[in-house]
Amino acid sequence: MDPKRSRNSHESVNSSESTRFPDEVLERVLSLLTSHKDRSSVSLVCKDWYNAERWTRTHVFIGNCYSVSPEIVVGRFPAIRSVTLKGKPRFSDFNLVPENWGADIHQWLVVFAEKYPFLEELRLKRMTVTDESLEFLATSFSYFKAISLMSCDGFSTDGLAAIATHCKNLTELDIQENDMEDNGGGWLSCFPENFTSLEVLNFASQQGDVSFDALEKLVDRCKSLRVLKVDKYVKLEQLHRLLVRAPQLTDLGTGNFQQELTPRQCAELESAFSNCKNLHTLSGLWDATSLYFPVLYSACGRLTFLNLSYAALQSGDLAKLLPHCPNLRRLWVLDTVEDEGLEAIGSSCPLLEELRVFPAAPFDLDINRGVTESGFIAVSRGCPRLHYVLYFCRQMTNAAVATIVQNCPDFTHFRLCIMNPGQRDYLTGEPMDEAFGAVVKTCTKLQRLAISGLLTDLTFEYIGKYAKNLETLSVAFAGSSDWGMQCVLRGCPKLRKLEIRDSPFGNAALLSGLAKYESMRSLWMSACNVTMNACKLLAREKPRLNVEVMKDDETDSQVDKVYVYRTIAGPRRDAPPFVLTL
Amino acid sequence: MAKKSPESNAVGLNFEETELTLGLPGESRDPKSGTKRGFSETVDLNLGGSGGGEAKDGNCNGDPSENEVSVAVKPPTAKAQVVGWPPVRSYRKNVMTKTGKYVKVAADGAPYLRKVDLEMYNSYQQLLGALEEMFTCFTIRDYLNERTINDPVNGSEYVPAYEDKDGDWMLVGDVPWKMFVESCKRLRLMKGSKAIGLAPRTPPQCSSTSC
Repeated sequence: MDPKRSRNSHESVNSSESTRFPDEVLERVLSLLTSHKDRSSVSLVCKDWYNAERWTRTHVFIGNCYSVSPEIVVGRFPAIRSVTLKGKPRFSDFNLVPENWGADIHQWLVVFAEKYPFLEELRLKRMTVTDESLEFLATSFSYFKAISLMSCDGFSTDGLAAIATHCKNLTELDIQENDMEDNGGGWLSCFPENFTSLEVLNFASQQGDVSFDALEKLVDRCKSLRVLKVDKYVKLEQLHRLLVRAPQLTDLGTGNFQQELTPRQCAELESAFSNCKNLHTLSGLWDATSLYFPVLYSACGRLTFLNLSYAALQSGDLAKLLPHCPNLRRLWVLDTVEDEGLEAIGSSCPLLEELRVFPAAPFDLDINRGVTESGFIAVSRGCPRLHYVLYFCRQMTNAAVATIVQNCPDFTHFRLCIMNPGQRDYLTGEPMDEAFGAVVKTCTKLQRLAISGLLTDLTFEYIGKYAKNLETLSVAFAGSSDWGMQCVLRGCPKLRKLEIRDSPFGNAALLSGLAKYESMRSLWMSACNVTMNACKLLAREKPRLNVEVMKDDETDSQVDKVYVYRTIAGPRRDAPPFVLTL
Repeated sequence: MAKKSPESNAVGLNFEETELTLGLPGESRDPKSGTKRGFSETVDLNLGGSGGGEAKDGNCNGDPSENEVSVAVKPPTAKAQVVGWPPVRSYRKNVMTKTGKYVKVAADGAPYLRKVDLEMYNSYQQLLGALEEMFTCFTIRDYLNERTINDPVNGSEYVPAYEDKDGDWMLVGDVPWKMFVESCKRLRLMKGSKAIGLAPRTPPQCSSTSC
C-alpha cells in the first residue's frame, strides 16, 4: 500500500519532452534496485532520479546513527519498511567506550512511529535498546515482522516478552551476541497460542533457562521455522525433541552438547539429524566433545558453515569431525584445536573460504598454548579459496605470512591478532612490517585489514602504497611516528573506517587527513598523541564533521579518545557529559 | 627512517620535543616510541623482545644516551593486562568459562604420571579423594582433615605436595582452595619417608609408619 503523496515536486508528466522517461516507469525500474550503494549512485544522477529513488526506497541502511537524524531520514524517504542502524564505534565491543555514550534507539522509534507506521524490519548493531523501547516498538507498529539485535545493550528478557506478546506478524527474532539481562525464560510463553509465523528464532546469547515446554510448542506450530538457535541451557535430549518437530531447519544452533545419553537416545538423535535435509549451518555445540559427534555425521556432508567457537575441542576431536564436512565454506574454531587441528582443516576442507580462530583463554597471560604460524600455513595450503581470516595467535613470522598470502592471494579480509602487543617475528627478531607488506602487495582485493605485532612506519608505507581497495583498517600498538598514519590517509582512496589505539600518532597525523575525513564514515583514535588544539582546529576547519573528544583528565590538554565522523545532522544533542563535541 | 612531517612546522607545534621514547637500560634505540601514559605503565616492557624466545633480539647494547628522552621504567614482574586487549568481545569472554586447569600428578614409585583438572573440584577433600582413586594402591595423608587411611597391604602413606608458581614445593592444604588452584603447577605424592621436611611441626596424628 503506497502512502499518499503529492506530485507537486515532480515536473509535469505532460511536458512536451517526449524523451523523458515517465515517472511511473522510472520508479518501477528503480524499485527493483536493492543495493543501497546503487541507490545512492542513482540518486546523484539528476533531480528526477533523486526523487524517483527516494519514493521507491523501502530499506535504508545507516552506518552511523549520528551521521543523520531521524527527521532527515523520514523527510527524504517516505516509504521505508526496513531500517538498519549501527551505533557505537566498534571499539566499544572491547570496553573502550564508556557506558551511556549514546546510540539510543528510542528517539528513532518515536519518529518512525509517526512517519513509518508500516515499518516491518529493524536491524540494529551496537545500539542501546531499553525494554521500554522494545515495548514501544512492539505496540507502535502493527505490521512489524523482524527484529535483529547484534552487540546491543540495555535490554532484558522483559523486552523480548513485549515483542512476543504484541507482534502478531513476527517472522524474525534474532538476538545475537548481546549484553542482555536475564529475567527468566518466561518470555517464550508470551507468544500467543495461535501464533505461527516465526521463521527465525535466535536466543543463543541468553544466559539462563528458558521455558522448554513453551519452546517446544512454539517450534511445533511454526512450520516455516528455518533458523533456530537456542541457548546453552537446552540439553541434548531436549534438542532431539525440537529437531523432530522442525526437520525443515536450515540453520541450527544447538544447546549444550554434553549429556549422558543412552544408546537409544543417541540413535534417535542421529536419526533426527539425518532427517534435517536442508541443514547447512550448525553452531552452539557448547561443551561438545567428540563423544557425540557421530550423531552429526549424516548432516555434516551438507554443512557449509560450522561454528565450533563455543566448544573447546582438541586437535583429535576436530580431526575426527572434519572429514565428514567436505563442503564447508565457513569455519569458526577455538585455538584449543592447535596447529594439528588446523592441519586437519587444510586436509579436509578444500572449499573453505572463511576461517576464524578465537582464543580460548585470551586474558591468561601465562599460557603458551594455542595456534602458531604453522597452523595458518597448513590451512593456506589446503584451502586456496580462503579469503576471510580472523586469527588470534601468540607467535608469528614474516616468512609465514608471506607464504600464506602466496597460497591464498584472494584475501578480502585479513585480521591477524598477535596477542602480545608489539611482538616481533619470533624467529628473526624483526618487526612484522614485511608480513603486512606481503599481504597488501599480494592481496589486491583486500577490503579489511587488522594489524598487530611490532610494527614501524614501514607497515603503513606499504599499506598506503599498495592497499588500494582497503576500506577498513584496525591499528593497535603500532607505528613509529605521524608519518605512518599520513601514509595511510594519503594512499588509500577507498578508506572508510579507521580505528587506532595506543599508537604514536599525533596532531600532524590527525590533521593530515583534513581533506579526507568527509569521504570516510569515521575515525577513532585512542591513547595516541593527539591534543585538544589539533582537535579544535579540525572541528573549526571542517564543520560537517563531528569531532568528539573523551577525556579522563579535565586539566590535561592530551586527548584520550577522539571520534571523528561526517554528519549532516550537526553536533549531537544527546552527548553525555564526558563527551565534548568541539 | 621516520620522515618529518611538514605539518608539524606549519601548525607551529614542535612534536619531536615532546616525543617520549621508552628504553630499558642498555637497550638500543627502538624505532617504536613510547605512546601514551597509561599504556606504558600497564604493559610489560617486553616490547624490545619477542614474547617467547628472547635469544634473537637484536640488541646491540647501544648507548642509552642515544635515546631522546629516555624513560627508564622498571618492568613489572608479572605481565599486566591492557584494557580491551586482545580484542575479544565480552560476550565471548563470558561464554568460555571452562578451559580446565590440568596439572601433572607424579607419585613416587608409580611408573607413569597422571593429569587432573583442578577446576573439577571444590575442595582439598575432593581432590585427594580423586587422587586416591587414581593411585589406588597408595594412601594419601590428608593433614587438613586429619585423615590417615592405612592401606593394609602396603601400609605406606603418601604426602601430597605441589609446586607453586615460584617453583617451590609446598605441602597441600595450607592455603585456601582457590588460591591453591591458581598457584599449583604440578602435584607430587611423596612417599612418607621422603616427606619428612614437609611434615607439620605438630602433626595431628603421628602414624607409626611414617615421620
